[in-house]
Amino acid sequence: MTKASTTDRPITGTINPDEAAHFGALAADWWDPKGSSAMLHRLNPVRLSYIREAVDLHFGGPTESLKPLAGKRALDVGCGAGLLCEPLARLGADVTGLDAAPENIAAAHAHAAPQRLQIDYRNEAIEDFGGRDFDLVTSLEVIEHVDDPAAFVAGLAAAMADRGLMIISTPNRTSMSKIMLVELAELTGQIPRGTHHHEQFLTPDELAKLLGDAGLRVIDTTGISYSPASGFALSDNLALNYLMTVTQS
Amino acid sequence: MTKAANTSDVIILGAGMIGLTQALTLAAHGLSVAIVDRADSADLVNPGKDARVSAINSASWNMMEAIGLADQLAPHGCDIDKILVNDGLKPGKLDFTPKDEEGPLGVMVENAILRRVLFEAAQAHDAIALHMSSQVAHCERAEHHVDVTLEDGPILSAALLIAADGRGSRMREEAGIIMAHWQYDHNAIICKVSHERPHGNTAYELFYPSGPFAILPMRDDDNGLHRSAIVWTVSRKDGPALAQINRRAFEAELMKKSGGFLGQIKLITDRATYPLGFHHSSHLTADRLVLIGDAGHGIHPIAGQGLNLGLRDVAALTECLVDGARTGLDLGDAQILARYDRWRSLDNLMVSAATDILTRLFGLPGETSSAIRRMGIGIVQRIPPLKAQFMAEAKGETGDLPKLLMGELV
Repeated sequence: MTKASTTDRPITGTINPDEAAHFGALAADWWDPKGSSAMLHRLNPVRLSYIREAVDLHFGGPTESLKPLAGKRALDVGCGAGLLCEPLARLGADVTGLDAAPENIAAAHAHAAPQRLQIDYRNEAIEDFGGRDFDLVTSLEVIEHVDDPAAFVAGLAAAMADRGLMIISTPNRTSMSKIMLVELAELTGQIPRGTHHHEQFLTPDELAKLLGDAGLRVIDTTGISYSPASGFALSDNLALNYLMTVTQS
Repeated sequence: MTKAANTSDVIILGAGMIGLTQALTLAAHGLSVAIVDRADSADLVNPGKDARVSAINSASWNMMEAIGLADQLAPHGCDIDKILVNDGLKPGKLDFTPKDEEGPLGVMVENAILRRVLFEAAQAHDAIALHMSSQVAHCERAEHHVDVTLEDGPILSAALLIAADGRGSRMREEAGIIMAHWQYDHNAIICKVSHERPHGNTAYELFYPSGPFAILPMRDDDNGLHRSAIVWTVSRKDGPALAQINRRAFEAELMKKSGGFLGQIKLITDRATYPLGFHHSSHLTADRLVLIGDAGHGIHPIAGQGLNLGLRDVAALTECLVDGARTGLDLGDAQILARYDRWRSLDNLMVSAATDILTRLFGLPGETSSAIRRMGIGIVQRIPPLKAQFMAEAKGETGDLPKLLMGELV
């Protein structure tokens, strides 16, 4: 799958074109751990450990396994340049990554190929994708950027296999997240300007409602806290950002 | 993971005690390892090449248990049940004796035996490829992987390079990692002795103005001969002379230093001399590179912590890499390396600095400093919490402990 084969199709639906353009412009820098995505790189080990624990609990695999997703199909929606797709592939999954920005898909391809990671990257929206039966569906830090969150969640739900697992994460809409993520982080350059629009953030209750409407059930909600000294950590405090483990109801 | 043609998860430079332990702990968690060392494997395990004996503290011993080697080492090891610290032979000793249920403070094992047990275990492990008698022609740390080209042709490839290539680490130099270093004005003379009376599983650290004199207990030999290892720190100018005076005169010096409490002492090996120095790297990581053991830090052997400090690096790095592998991260990921660097840099600096201060304090001549030392020893002896803290330090049980040092796999 290359960028050329998909750009002739118009992308419609949940994708916000301005948002796609914003992230596309950052594509080249995605994989630089000191670059504009530095915060995401630092967040990655924390959210990966959350996903790993959820995978072991849900699929019942041993925690020592290095390939807990062997034989499983995973879909990452809003994959950027593959920050999550690559780990999922290393854990043994057959991975598909979707992203709205063709630049991201190009950057993702360029980064995976030299590592011989087989990942099916596509410049498609979830509602146009039509793929089904994914054992694991992930969408991290994406839903706050889409135009129609309900349609987006329905798309995620449709892609899940029976007894599948979904992990979703997003910033909470609190005064704390407004100060930390939108004002402070963007002002100091920790997060590129224009990344977040606070009014689009969803509270855990709102997101749980959207998921419920799509026939899904939230079985765990865990916060992510941040301190300048110790970095990111999983936390009971949901004020900044949260991760949800979701199954079919 | 399998050993695909010359591709492994990590490459370790250096098949010393630290490099081999690193390989074995990673392999125990399913990661594949290539080790490169220019030494010949016969030399590596030849006791004639290294007369040194190491104190494996109880935390490090836990790690040997976790990787299943403690049973093989135990028959060769000598428990340290007690450490006696004294200002020369003056009264006012400080003794560290753990309660029975706490187990020994550490185990004395000859380096050659430790290296042989580790080497044989590495040889037998499917996930470890040993490249002995191999020189590195060059090493390229690229964006997605590390390639190490050996002089006899093969190119090894991995996600991460681990430098366990000792104090003169070539990889550290190539990465331009800045290191603070100085030489002490001291040499260590190392030898093994037999003695009339049993050592009672006691390690003696006797501090003299000319430098510390340590008597470390070894297991009796097959004929029931009582043995100990001597680590005698002498000034650089006296070192070569003392190492060369005749046996009888040297033994007489040992008798004098040890105060004769072990009875007649006889030299049973050659005397080896090692220059003593301090070095400490500003950072332990660079792109797709980590330093462990002496490649990152070297300290005065005064407190017997050098090997244990390196083994703490090993345990922490294994935990960082295994956690990374289980969450699908690239093993050269900057976040994994940053975690290791944060975990180890401070601890290494604290132990290194404390040892350096100890060396300087005990190196001061004169009655006043001797009185201060004895007073310090007396205070530590009388204040239980302070003593407990020193004992925990000696056992290696302070700080944020990696799981392996508690005897568990990650």
